[in-house]
Amino acid sequence: MVGLVLVSHSAGLAAETAALARGIAGAQTPVAGAGGTQDGGLGTSTDLIEEAVRAVDQGDGVVLIPDLGSSVLSARLLEEEGRVVIADVPFVEGAISAAVAAGAGMPLADVLAAAEEARAFRKL
Amino acid sequence: MDASLCVAWFEEAARLVHRDRDRLTRLDAEIGDGDHGTNLDRGLTEVRKALAESPPGSPAEVLTIAGTTLIRRVGGASGPLYGSVFRQMGKALQSPVTLAAFSAAFEEGVVAVERLGKAALGDKTMVDALAPASRALALAVRDGVGVREAVEQAARAAAEGAEATIPMRARKGRASYLGERSVGHMDPGAASSALFMEALATVAREAA
Repeated sequence: MVGLVLVSHSAGLAAETAALARGIAGAQTPVAGAGGTQDGGLGTSTDLIEEAVRAVDQGDGVVLIPDLGSSVLSARLLEEEGRVVIADVPFVEGAISAAVAAGAGMPLADVLAAAEEARAFRKL
Repeated sequence: MDASLCVAWFEEAARLVHRDRDRLTRLDAEIGDGDHGTNLDRGLTEVRKALAESPPGSPAEVLTIAGTTLIRRVGGASGPLYGSVFRQMGKALQSPVTLAAFSAAFEEGVVAVERLGKAALGDKTMVDALAPASRALALAVRDGVGVREAVEQAARAAAEGAEATIPMRARKGRASYLGERSVGHMDPGAASSALFMEALATVAREAA
């Protein structure tokens, strides 16, 4: 399965969004949060993101979903073409669409496309 | 430039950022999230520690260690941004490190940060200080200016570039959400970039 890493400034936001995405997509879906700094503050840590990538990487690729600012910059530093890719999508909606696609066993390109559909998704 | 001069550059930059930590944080509190001074101060303290623990053999190695440390140890945007500048410089720097080699590597570092942040001149970011400094170095190389004078000119260009961000409207980062209200404040990243160039001018002057 494709793995997902949710990169946020906030550890709580990343962890809870990951739990929500797994709750909707299925508990077996490899989704990890990487939020906050190593000392627990608001911010981003490339070490925590790398750790999360390793945790969800099953060999089928990993999608990073950053919230904004330094999350995006840090995620971009860890991109590896065809293996670790960024989805430029709304954090919560993108995480859920990507998780559902990943949980259904879809390949990396399809998971990315599913995430990107979340950008145009209308609630009303 | 040898490794010890390059280490001295980061030592001096760390001293200046520490001295101006509150000013940088205050600038950042006006339009950003108010952590720039603290983050960069902490990041450069880690850089000093890393350089002291395993003394690097070449300027390229110093730059690579500094860049990687900033990326790993600074939780805010300045970590990946400055980290990319120095890591790319370390990768690009040709030996022996002449002014021309340094200038070429610096230019590559600035291109790397422009690409990472998708920022251009006039966006009210560190690029507004770094790009003029890079241009000043390149012109100095072209005109055969000496090292000391060249880095003085680069430091002046960076300081003027930072000043020039005051009337700009931010197009990147948290400040961009403020729209017109970002006008009238100096960009903190441009301010700290000017400090890096001031530090370079100081160590070049003292080495001569």
